[in-house]
Amino acid sequence: MPYPEKYRYTKDHEWIRADGGVATIGITDYAQHELGDVVFVELPKPGAKIEAGKSFGTVESVKAVSEIFAPASGEVMEANAALNDAPEKINSDPHGAAWLIKIRLANPAELSALMDAAAYEAFIADKGKEASA
Amino acid sequence: MDSVTSSASTELRKTPLNATHRRMGAKMVNFGGWDMPVEYPTTGGLLAEHRAVRSGVGLFDVSHMGDIRVCSGRTAGGALAAVQHISMNDASRLSVGQAQYSAMLYPDGTFVDDMIVHRLGEDDYLIVINAGTREKDVNWVKQNTARFDCMVEDVGDTYTQLAIQGPRAAELLQKLTDVDLAAIKNYWFTHGAVCGLKNVLIARTGYTGEDGFEIYIPPDTATSEAAWKRVLDAGKEFGILPCGLGARNTLRLEAKLALYGHEISETINVWEAGLDRFCKMEKGDFVGRAALERAKAAGLRRTLVGLEMIDRGIARDGHRVFDEAGAEIGYVTSGSPSPTLGRNIALVYVSPAESAVGHIVLVEVRTQRLKARVVPTPFYKRAKKAAVPQAAQRA
Repeated sequence: MPYPEKYRYTKDHEWIRADGGVATIGITDYAQHELGDVVFVELPKPGAKIEAGKSFGTVESVKAVSEIFAPASGEVMEANAALNDAPEKINSDPHGAAWLIKIRLANPAELSALMDAAAYEAFIADKGKEASA
Repeated sequence: MDSVTSSASTELRKTPLNATHRRMGAKMVNFGGWDMPVEYPTTGGLLAEHRAVRSGVGLFDVSHMGDIRVCSGRTAGGALAAVQHISMNDASRLSVGQAQYSAMLYPDGTFVDDMIVHRLGEDDYLIVINAGTREKDVNWVKQNTARFDCMVEDVGDTYTQLAIQGPRAAELLQKLTDVDLAAIKNYWFTHGAVCGLKNVLIARTGYTGEDGFEIYIPPDTATSEAAWKRVLDAGKEFGILPCGLGARNTLRLEAKLALYGHEISETINVWEAGLDRFCKMEKGDFVGRAALERAKAAGLRRTLVGLEMIDRGIARDGHRVFDEAGAEIGYVTSGSPSPTLGRNIALVYVSPAESAVGHIVLVEVRTQRLKARVVPTPFYKRAKKAAVPQAAQRA
């Protein structure tokens, strides 16, 4: 699955797409692969404040619980309610329909510290080498 | 499952099928010091594997399991006396060709390990034990049987052990053997040719809550890989999937089969674990018996029950359990979504006063205390309808 050019990526395998002062956040295809079948998602409510680098929710597969870390700070505007009944969408469309939350960015400049698609692809390629070494 | 993992410094052990699992794209994990497949994402992944076993058939590499052979020395009955001493079930009830679930206990009535005891011959027993406890178990059996006229041998590396599990398992395996599988009852076994391999131990046992077989074949890589492939090929028409430890865990949890380090351990005794029916106090003395007698008289401090989550959330191993007034009353030993039931389930130790079916308790999941209800176990029980192998249909 290609990593969209317009997104920015974290080392914890979240993505963020900014559109003016508003950003959408999700987990990457690499992350959903590592997790396996996603069966549960816990997300913050609208109005909650999230802080860059801090955990704001969890995604769980049958076997594993994975915390999701905020790529940027801001206030939650919306959580993706469709994931409550269909968390498996995270496996099939992690970069699209299975976005997790939309936030109002507190400091859009934070995004410049994140990886672009090419850097993220190189980052996960390196991880693959570590794993098979 | 990860609480059984060994120290990271030691080299992980591999089954003869390790390269096969990697070739098939399995996600590998350290399980009890073994490099084992947890799921095969490219052929479906954990949930599909679980469903294959419940509705069709699945194939597991369980070669990491340990095996101990106990044979009599010069006097007949030496092996039986030794097994009776270290096993809580009554091995004297076993006919040749029969197996039983049991456990070896510490003197205080807690668990060294659980096991399956097979009676191979008049004076010959095969004990199948867990992977993560192999050395401990072998040493324990050797030390505690030293005064009996028997020989104890670690034969854990002399088999590749495959588990073929599911309602279609008998049909599938019947394609690969002339042995009449319909004649093998649950927890019995025989020897016969499978996949052209002679004298294979074929046992109607498993750890999934389904009908199924475990076969013990020679451990060389070529033989193991050929057999693995032949079973998968023969199972195509039944929708067979290779299955990893992830599905093995959800399957055994639904069936309330204990996992060492979770429901049973060196701090939990037989009564607490609810394994009374496999513990034969009347058979005579065995290691742990005296302590169990005292424990029975003293009464239960805690008991293993099943929970179903009411609130949204998944209870996980180690989560704490509270009563509605906020007092801590126990902990989760295994928790997971149940793929068969579509609900989140858990096994927990709680005080007997909190153990009645229907009772409401709270499970602490991260920062929240979530409502759950005590439910009857096992969570899943297969319908009592034996699959009919083709040999039986012809007869």
